Amino acid sequence: MAVKTYDAGVKEYRDMYWTPDYVPLDTDLLACFKCTGQTGVPREEVAAAVAAESSTGTWSTVWSELLTDLEYYKGRAYRIEDVPGDNESFYAFVAYPIDLFEEGSIVNVLTSLVGNVFGFKALRHLRLEDIRFPIAYIKTCGGPPAGIQVERDRLNKYGRPMLGCTIKPKLGLSAKNYGRAVYECLRGGLDLTKDDENVNSQPFMRWRDRFDFVAEAIRKAEQETGERKGHYLNVTSATPEDMYERAEYAKELGMPIIMHDFLTGGFTANTGLANWCRKNGMLLHIHRAMHAVIDRHPKHGIHFRVLAKCLRLSGGDHLHTGTVVGKLEGDRQSTLGFVDQLRESFVPEDRSRGVFFDQDWGSMPGVFAVASGGIHVWHMPALVTIFGDDSVLQFGGGTQGHPWGNAAGAAANRVALEACVKARNQGRELEKEGRDILTEAARHSPELAIAMETWKEIKFEFDTVDKLDVG
Amino acid sequence: MSMSQSTGDYQTAQTLETFGFLPKLTQDEVYDQIAYMVAQGWTPAIEHEHPSKSASYYWTMWKLPMFGQQDINAISAEIDACRRSYPDHHIRLIGYDNYTQSQGVCFVVHEGRS
Repeated sequence: MAVKTYDAGVKEYRDMYWTPDYVPLDTDLLACFKCTGQTGVPREEVAAAVAAESSTGTWSTVWSELLTDLEYYKGRAYRIEDVPGDNESFYAFVAYPIDLFEEGSIVNVLTSLVGNVFGFKALRHLRLEDIRFPIAYIKTCGGPPAGIQVERDRLNKYGRPMLGCTIKPKLGLSAKNYGRAVYECLRGGLDLTKDDENVNSQPFMRWRDRFDFVAEAIRKAEQETGERKGHYLNVTSATPEDMYERAEYAKELGMPIIMHDFLTGGFTANTGLANWCRKNGMLLHIHRAMHAVIDRHPKHGIHFRVLAKCLRLSGGDHLHTGTVVGKLEGDRQSTLGFVDQLRESFVPEDRSRGVFFDQDWGSMPGVFAVASGGIHVWHMPALVTIFGDDSVLQFGGGTQGHPWGNAAGAAANRVALEACVKARNQGRELEKEGRDILTEAARHSPELAIAMETWKEIKFEFDTVDKLDVG
Repeated sequence: MSMSQSTGDYQTAQTLETFGFLPKLTQDEVYDQIAYMVAQGWTPAIEHEHPSKSASYYWTMWKLPMFGQQDINAISAEIDACRRSYPDHHIRLIGYDNYTQSQGVCFVVHEGRS
């Protein structure tokens, strides 16, 4: 073994961190970054800098490096690939040894991988495209408090997507009027309703009042319909203490599900809350406010597929994924790619869906994909096709904007959904025959007929900003 | 158009989960759903319960799940047999999915008198 000596000064990153011959271990955490370097900086140097700055390295050699075995702990850039259709960027693949990360801590993984390195001057842009979590690491994470199968059993919903809706207007309703809106949606046939993400505990409606009135709305709707119902009570708050106080009260009221915003609330809060939910038999709905700030730019930030994987590990039973067809951004293939990461036990590499690595999830429970934002009954055939049964389809305006009100709007959506599921099971092609299927169903449902008339011309056809990389 | 003409009164319905908002399935439509279940490789099973007790998770099983049964007529005949034995009960058809350890389908094929 070569004798190591201390040689102060600045070395090129690639001397130590560019290792093209390295064969990644099954226990390594792998990452794919899309790098756009400053002009004149060689690709290998950029890739090595990313590996170094996101693991053990710093800009200057330090004597204390010689007190450890950096060959064991360092991250390694092991592959570089062209980005199809893009001359200025390239993909850098980096392998990190598992011991760089605290067990069960998504916070720790992200603090390393998307820490200082994103502000590094030698880079113009940097985007974390994908992470391969080794199964050994996945086994240290709690994951969804219940998961798809347990939630179905608790809520008694089988063989179809669940139906939800965010209560509107987003802000300003009194607690009692708010509970009324919830009750109307649930008695009309929705399975679940949702607090808007920015409903926390404002002066116009304090959380405890909201929880009380919503609890009656749910109990009454369950009694009258004979079906199981729920409302995502948002416990996102300023401090963890407030968050747990609200969660405890939801449990005291016998509510089945609460809600959290995982990015604005943060992964520490999210992982803690998921653990609380698992311990207390509570389902956890996860909203994603702030995600587009992080994931929308095609060359900088973190792709949503990474955030989705992190959420499955941190813990949540539902996660918003976009709708593909509604008012919010979302490429179809890319969306299918991360929906798989939420629900499947193994997802193979598939560049056509933006999946850079095989991902083995082992026994980690699945997360329901939530499609929400600017969708209405005419979208139902496409939504059932894209998202399949293990999803929650949420129609906010598409329920409460019905000319007869929430209950009729809910019934319209429920009829449309069940007609689509029945037709799909009969082998009909939903996206081709959607109009016929809905029109037939509307013959038995004046609520659906009116909904179809109300929203017949509404489409959201804008080009996607964040597309998959293709030549 | 005045408000009274343009809006309708939605009456809350007692429903029994999936397909509860569709008109009662015809025999042919039930056949189609059984064929789907069999094609997915799921195990058909029948449960029944008196309407007064139908809110609980568990209903009473009609015999055992029909492991390996691919014959749609045979499955349909079991539904009829269950119905003859318990004419006033709700009857539901289940497709057990042993991969997800869940039910791939579950819907009521006959509603008893409550």
